Parts: sequence; C-alpha cells; structure tokens
Amino acid sequence: MNDASAAMTRKKPSKGGAHGLDLSSLDRERRELNLANEEIALRVRDLDLYYGEKQALDKVNMDIPRQRVTAYIGPSGCGKSTLLRCFNRMNDLVDGARIEGRIELDGHNIYDRKVNVPQLRRRVGMVFQKPNPFPKSIYENVAYGLRLQGVDSRRVLDESVEQALRGAALWGEVKDRLHDNALGLSGGQQQRLVIARCIAIEPEVLLLDEPASALDPISTLKIEELIYELKEKYTIVIVTHNMQQAARVSDYTAFMLLGELIEFGDTDTLFTNPAHKQTEDYITGRYG
Amino acid sequence: MRQNVKSWFREGTPWIWLNAGAVSISIIMVAGLLLLIAYQGLGHFWPKAVLETDYRQPGGDRVRVIGEIHDTESVPVERFTGTGVEFPEGQEMVTRLLVKTGNRDVGGLDFRWLVESRMEDVRYPDQLMVLERREWGNFYGFIKSVREQGDIVTRGEGAWEELQARLERVERLHAEIKTLEKDRIGTINYQLEQLRLEKRGLELEGMSPEMAAAAIADERSVLEARYGKLETELNALYEASNRDSLTAVTMSGAETDVPLGQVVRAYRPNAMGPFDKVGFYLAKIREFVSDDPREANTEGGIFPAIFGTVMMVILMSILVTPFGVVAAIYLREYAKQGPLVRIIRIAVNNLAGVPSIVYGVFGLGFFVYFLGGNIDQLFFPEALPAPTFGTPGILWASLTLALLTVPVVIVATEEGLSRVPSSIREGSLALGATKAETLWKTILPMASPAMMTGLILAVARAAGEVAPLMLVGVVKLAPSLAVDGNMPFLHLERKFMHLGFHIYDVGFQSPNVEAARPLVYATALLLVLVIIVLNLGAIAIRNRLRERYRALEH
Repeated sequence: MNDASAAMTRKKPSKGGAHGLDLSSLDRERRELNLANEEIALRVRDLDLYYGEKQALDKVNMDIPRQRVTAYIGPSGCGKSTLLRCFNRMNDLVDGARIEGRIELDGHNIYDRKVNVPQLRRRVGMVFQKPNPFPKSIYENVAYGLRLQGVDSRRVLDESVEQALRGAALWGEVKDRLHDNALGLSGGQQQRLVIARCIAIEPEVLLLDEPASALDPISTLKIEELIYELKEKYTIVIVTHNMQQAARVSDYTAFMLLGELIEFGDTDTLFTNPAHKQTEDYITGRYG
Repeated sequence: MRQNVKSWFREGTPWIWLNAGAVSISIIMVAGLLLLIAYQGLGHFWPKAVLETDYRQPGGDRVRVIGEIHDTESVPVERFTGTGVEFPEGQEMVTRLLVKTGNRDVGGLDFRWLVESRMEDVRYPDQLMVLERREWGNFYGFIKSVREQGDIVTRGEGAWEELQARLERVERLHAEIKTLEKDRIGTINYQLEQLRLEKRGLELEGMSPEMAAAAIADERSVLEARYGKLETELNALYEASNRDSLTAVTMSGAETDVPLGQVVRAYRPNAMGPFDKVGFYLAKIREFVSDDPREANTEGGIFPAIFGTVMMVILMSILVTPFGVVAAIYLREYAKQGPLVRIIRIAVNNLAGVPSIVYGVFGLGFFVYFLGGNIDQLFFPEALPAPTFGTPGILWASLTLALLTVPVVIVATEEGLSRVPSSIREGSLALGATKAETLWKTILPMASPAMMTGLILAVARAAGEVAPLMLVGVVKLAPSLAVDGNMPFLHLERKFMHLGFHIYDVGFQSPNVEAARPLVYATALLLVLVIIVLNLGAIAIRNRLRERYRALEH
C-alpha cells in the first residue's frame, strides 16, 4: 500500500508544483479549518530530543487542536514517531534518550518531575504500528486497562468492554467469542482490538503510530473510518507514511524533515498550497 | 563419476546421513542402556529354578550342592593351577558357574563357584524349598516338619500346606508389630522426647531440675504407662510370631530349625507354574517399591529412598524457582545493563560448571554448621548439645541442590523474558501500567513456559546428583521419613534416603555385594523412572502454559 501510493505520487508530474495532489480523487470534501479557532490540547514548546549524542528532534514548536485529527508526514527517520512517543513519554524507556523543552497537556508540562507517568499514559493512549494484543482473551485485553485501575465489578467491566468494542467497530465481529484468545483474530481485527483496549480507559488523546501500515487495504479502510468516528470524542494524533491516508483522515497535517518541523497547517492548505519548498517536493514525490 | 560425487556433496546428502547417523547412535545408546538396566534389574525378581547336584570336589569327595545359578563365565584353565582341580589335557577354557547357596547362618558364604564339568546329576526337585528370611538371607532346603512350641505338628508331605497356613498367621502378626512399633510406639517416643526437651527448656529458663521434672511429671507418667502397655503388647506379639518353627534339611544333610517369625515367604520355585511365577514376580516388585529395606539394604524394598528422592526434588523446586526467577527478573528487567551485569551473568553461567561436590562442601560449611548451628542456638537450645538443624538434613540438602541448580533457572528465565516482544511491554505501559504491573500481569505469564523449562533442567540435574548429598543429608538408612503423623508433620531437619546414594551404597558399601548387584540395577531403573516421571509432570505443565501464552507470531 505504501509503496504503491508512493509510486503513484511519483508518477504524477507536478504541474505548477502547488497542485500536485488532486483532492477530489481522495474522496474528501473541503473543510474550513483554522488553527487560530481551535481549542488546543497539546502544546509543544522548543522540544529537543537526543539519543545519546545524536539529535533526533530539533526545536519543535506546535499546537495540537482538541478533537481533531492531526497527522505527521515525512520521510523515514524524520522524527515523527519519536515526537509522537514524546506525548506519552514512551521515550523514557529508551536508554540514553534526553529531552529538553516542554510539552503541555491542558497547560501542564508532562515532563515535570511531579508527573505520574502511568497516569499520564492513561490520559494519552497509544496504538502501535504492529498490532500487539496480549496473549489473553479478547475480553481480558479490553479489560486490561480497567483492571489496572482497580475496576473489579463484573457488571462495570462487561459494560465498558462492550462499549469499547463498539467504539472500535469490532463488537459485531467478536461478541460471540469474547473469551477466545485475541491472537486468533486477523491483523485488522487485532489492530481494532488494540484501539478498543485503548479507548476502554477513556483517554483524552489517542496517539496512532502508523496504525494501518501492517494491514491490508480493506482493514486499512476500516481503521480510517474508525479514526473519522473517533475524533468526535478524542484528540487524535497519527503518524503515517502514506500521504493519501494523511489527506483522507486528518484535519491538520505537519510535515517533518530531519528532526525539524518544516510546516504545520490545515491539511487542505498543506497539500494544495504548501508554503515550503521541501514540503512541496515531498508531497509531489520529488523527495523521500 | 567425479561429477557425481561432487554433486552428492553439494546437495548436502552426506551431512544428512551424518546427522541421521548421530541421532540414531544416540537413540540406540540410550535405549540400549535402559534395556540393559531393565533386564538386569527386573530379572532379579523372577523366581529362579533351584538346582540340586552332586559336586566332585578336588579331593575326590562328592558333596551335595543346592542353589540358584547366578552367573556363568568361561575362564582359561591356567587359573585353576594349584587349586587341585584337574582337567583333561588340551582343554583350554573352563565353564564355571556362580551358584547362590544361601544358608549364610550355616555355611558362612552365600555364593560359591562351581566348575560345570564336575557337576554330576543336576536335578530340579519339586520339593526344594526357598525361604526368604528377615535375617541371614535365603535358606534352601527340604522341609521335614512344622512345629508348634517345639512339638511337631505335621511332618512329611503335609508339612508344606501347614507351613503356608501358619506363615499367613505370622504375616498378620508382623503387620501388627510393624504398626505398633512404627506408629504407636514411635509416636509415644516422639512425645517423650518432646517432653524431655520441654523439661530441659524449663531448666534453661532457670527452673531447678526437680521443679522442671515435677512440671512434666503428670504427662510423663501417663506416657510411660502407655508405653509400658504397648511394650507388653509388642512382646506378646513377638512371642506369638515365634511360636511356630519348621525343621528343614540343608544341602549338607544337617537338620535346622527356622522360627517362622524369621520367614518372610516360603516358595518352591521348581514346582511353580507360569502363573504362579508371574504372581510371585508382581508381589516381589510390589515389595521392592513399597517396603522398607532389610539386611543392610540388600533385601526388601526401597520405598524410603523413593520417598526421599521425590521429596527432596520437590523441596528443591519450591526453593529454586522463586530464587532463580527473582534473580533473572532483576538481571533482565531492572539492573542497568553494563559491565557489572555482564560479569554477574558470566559468573552465574560459570556457577553451573562448578563441580557438585564443591556445593556439598559449601552446604556443609554454610548451611549445616553456620546456619543450622545458629538456628539451634536460637531456637532449639534445649536439645543442645545434640543438634537439631545443625546436622545434615533434607532441608539443607534441598537448599544445596537449589543453589546448584539456580544458574539453570536464571539462564532459562532470562531467555524467556528476553523473548517477550517489546511491543507487548510497550502496549501494557501505554495503557498506564507501571513496570511492576506489566511484569506481573503480562511478562511473567508469557515467560512462565521458559521458567518451567529451567525447572525441568534443574529437576533433571538435581534428581541425579549424589555427591553433594553425601555431605549434607543423605544416609544409608533413615529411621523415619521426613513426613509422618507427629506434629508438625513435616520434619525438615531429618536425614533421608536417596535412590542415587542407595545405588552407591548397595553396590559398593554392602557386606554382600554379589547378592546386592541386581538391586543396583533395579534401583537405577527406578531412579531413571522417578526422574522421567518428575520431568514428564513438569513438561506437561509447561506445554499447557505454552499453549496458553503462545507468543505473537512475527
């Protein structure tokens, strides 16, 4: 899917540069969006990240709007996944990772000493590139986060599990085999299960790290539809390799290159009328 | 041609043959070993025919010899020069037989070598009787009469039936004696000992010996009265069991009296049909597996050794698993990976290569003398100077073996932990789990099959280990099992018997090595079986865990 899309993009000759991508072919209506009118969920300020000596993020500044889908695009190794993992402090697990700057969630710096990291991660959920269900039953997978919070009541759990599975558009497919092993599900179902697991604990922000890159086109479509529905309730940040996907699902898009945020704006503008040469080169396939 | 050879090599055919050959040889060797042990060990219990022969002795005298053939071998004639035994000119090899003639109380020797060519008129009379006795080994001879309190009851042909009937009575009496001695008198002895310790404890607290004695006097007199009663009962039983006796003719023609209380079983192997033999065989095997040993371990069963082995392995598993798993978790999950951890890991791996006797010495010095000695000082001062824990025992043996096998468990667990995909850890952490919660709820269950693998290897190693045990708890004959009916039911300070040590003891430390040799094989077979059963149990558990926590397919 990725390669195909990249090839497709490359084949298109860029006429006039700015209109490299035909939006109508992406099945997407134009939306009037303006960052200035949005309520801000996450604020990134002067964020530097080093892996040992190597600098992976360089002075990133951006605001991520609430209940919108924000997409990161950029070539491999540009730091988009790294940045995403900063939002729930997953980089803490990496040996030698060092962070300077601030990320504010509702006005509070999440890199503050006093922050309870597990609590933060309950507010900022994350879905990874490869589906990673636990080797437990479907039910237990979804109930995992709730049980961690000490929810024991069968009734509450049953209800939350159903709600989360419905929310992830998986309920119909698994309602008769909730107690089967989750590893028996297909890749696409597993990924939706992981999303269900995430929304079961009702986070405020959902981080999606290339959630569809390991899936077939039909499963990808389902995930995209799901993202569209989920933004009603959650602030969604998604990293993707696939520009069509970014264009289809996101309201705002950020383009990153070599650890720097090059351009950030509403998706339509970024794809149709990029302000920077590098962005234009990338989306028209001349780069990366 | 050359091309053919070359392509034969290139296709890898020779390597396949080599691999297949190596595997076949290994399998054949293992199977052969087991077959040899099984043949030698299990054959021992089959009732052998007993022969009667007239043997020409070197001087020219003829003596009657009765016994079972145990072994046959060919030896060169030269070996006999100087013994007075002569052979025809030109004969080079002589066949000689090892015959078990029993009757150690009469003849002094159990076994005797006979030259086959000098045995005349070999016959297998049906009337030949074998007595298995509680002392002095087997008796071979012809029954003459059965007596009750010295008076002849039956003589001649009817004596055999009469003997069987009276033996049944003796057997019942002996079962009673056993429960009386082991259970009831044993319990009273145990209580008396506790009372003595209590008195000593009171004295240590500053009470005068007289007052302390007075404090326990009531209980003591009750116990002693009960003991006296039981003792009379016991004596009566012994007397009753020795009421009957039998008179038999031995091979030298002398008549001997054997009290029936001495006889475990009497049988006529030459008269037995195949079904009788199978029944006899099964009864003997049952006795071997479930009875206590007799006659310095050369006869009877080996139940205490089986029990001791299994119990020690189970205790060892209980001790080693948490130990090894906790260490592995720290090394893999919490410790900062660096030179220090690398050194510790190398040290742990090398620990597995330390000779086991070294662990025995360490166990004796540290566990038994230091730990045990201090425990005695602190908790059992009333028993001193007799040690309670300050002497080799099953707890120290299990601990020593746990130490010996802990590297295996650590390595296997670490391997299992490192195989849990990091995506699973991240998934759990991203849901707001702490590291400890992630470990408990996800990582450890997923690594549990690997822990079981470690435990399987540990059990396999520990069950076969003998050398360190000789220093920290194994004995030739343990008076009581580590589990019994006296509070607190589990006596970890007691010494125990072990199949591996039993093999060594019976094979090399026994007063009657020739008689005990088949038992060595039988015990070895049993040891192998016990280890297989323990391992199969662990493997079954592991496979169930594996099925449950089948890791993600990549």
